Amino acid sequence: MIVAEGKPVEKILEMIAPYKKVLIAGCRGCVTVCLTGGEKEVGILASQIRMARSKDGNPIEVLEQTEERQCDAEYNAKFLENVGKVDAIMSLACGIGIQYLGEKYPLTPIYPGVNTLMLGANIDVGKWEERCFACGDCVLDKTGGICPIARCSKSLLNGPCGGSQNGKCEVSAPTKEDVSCGWQLIYDRLVALGQVDKLKEVIPAKNWLRAKGPRTYVREDLTLDRS
Amino acid sequence: MTEANSKPEGNLKSGSALERTYASGQFVVTGEIGPPKESSFHHVEMYGQGMKGRVDSVNFTDNQTAVTRLSSWAASVKLVQMGMEPNLQVVCRDRNRLAIQSDLLGAYALGVRNVLCLTGDHQAFGNHPGCKGVYDVDSIQLIGILKRLRDEGCFECGEECKHNPKFFIGCAANPFADPFEFRVVRLEKKIEAGADFVQTQCILDMERFERFMELVRERGLHKRIYLAPGLMPVKSPKMARYMQHGVPGMIVSEEFCQFLEKAPNGKIAALDLTVNYIKHVQQIEGVSGCHIMAVAWEEVVPLILTKAGVLPRPFAAFHDNPGVITDELKALWKKSGVEGYVPELM
Repeated sequence: MIVAEGKPVEKILEMIAPYKKVLIAGCRGCVTVCLTGGEKEVGILASQIRMARSKDGNPIEVLEQTEERQCDAEYNAKFLENVGKVDAIMSLACGIGIQYLGEKYPLTPIYPGVNTLMLGANIDVGKWEERCFACGDCVLDKTGGICPIARCSKSLLNGPCGGSQNGKCEVSAPTKEDVSCGWQLIYDRLVALGQVDKLKEVIPAKNWLRAKGPRTYVREDLTLDRS
Repeated sequence: MTEANSKPEGNLKSGSALERTYASGQFVVTGEIGPPKESSFHHVEMYGQGMKGRVDSVNFTDNQTAVTRLSSWAASVKLVQMGMEPNLQVVCRDRNRLAIQSDLLGAYALGVRNVLCLTGDHQAFGNHPGCKGVYDVDSIQLIGILKRLRDEGCFECGEECKHNPKFFIGCAANPFADPFEFRVVRLEKKIEAGADFVQTQCILDMERFERFMELVRERGLHKRIYLAPGLMPVKSPKMARYMQHGVPGMIVSEEFCQFLEKAPNGKIAALDLTVNYIKHVQQIEGVSGCHIMAVAWEEVVPLILTKAGVLPRPFAAFHDNPGVITDELKALWKKSGVEGYVPELM
């Protein structure tokens, strides 16, 4: 799923400082699952904003609405009535949802209430880890089902660099984070699968054009004939 | 020196002095200078003079530890102008394939013949930790690009390159990183991609290096590539301990640290140890040379090489200017009991 973190309330208050009436727009997709931008978080943020602004003697009216997905035009249409009533929208969806809702209502300013972080998995309570880089050219067949693009700090394709030690990536030291060496994970998995010989193959330079935006995906079999 | 390490003179890929020395079967000695964090060649000239005629080639690190420094290609060209031979280090962290190939065309046109292809320390280590790491290609892919440029006369994209650069292509190997068993496989991949010579991470745990060499010989890799272990005179016991605990991808043996700590004169001990290592690695089958990495202590290289008895070098005219001369260095020369090349110091 797409993993996001909430922006600090102070930052959000700063963004909406000029407004008297805002809509907090939530999404029931990924941001609900990672507990950042669902109905519950919309409610909490709305209360925080109301309290902070009242305390400052500058009250604000905050509307709340959460729909199925903000990356879908059909659901975004449901925000029409509330958008008409406010000066600005504060979206708690991922970067895709924020932009797509904004495109639907181009005359109303929209602001991000979250930082979109990664395509990751929920590996433990309150802990998410990146798994995919959406690079557009999957190599998991060569690497034991573990992605070197997303999980190696340098996105190397031909094995671990000289900074891999005791299963840890060299960035663990400067970043003070516990980062596993993606290539150690790949190596261990291939050993377990009896496929370690796969690592002998020299993988040529990657075509990063597929990994770099703005990207568009068209499926001719699904497109409608609009002529 | 094994016979397999001798290659016919007429079959040279680049014709560099480094390649010719390797091909002649003689034990190779290379040095290293880290370019300074300033827009001046003073540092390069100062330490370069001391190595002139004493090493076969001098490595110039490329923004080592991800700290912005004078460019390795500019330092390399400066060394060419000094009548010496550089080994231009190129990391994949800071440039894409477009920029690397472009820089190397220029470097070759200005006389650079040896290139060492490296991944590069992660940018998070350096003085611009928030910068965007490039890693468009990895070190193995870069080796392949240079080989193709040299042997097929075309760029990575397949377009023809007239007057293509013919580099002697180098790579690194780290016997101290994990997974240990994969390290030789990775070296083999580098050979497959086109590497002609390899320099290792500095060896401060000889036992582990010897185990690595066993694996290298098992796969016959020593017959396919010229291998030189990195040897570092470690300036102080404190530095040895720092490297033991604070540098990723390094193993420093307890024996090594204690040897320096217990020695009555740590600096003499460090020099002696490096000299002993130079003599020791010459006996290891599959080792064709050594690479002296006197990080932040470049001025002692002439002393070490004199003492190790590896002078003069075969293809570089000997030069009796010892470069930097400090009082401390004079004292070290005297205490080390070495006579000869720098008589004015005795």
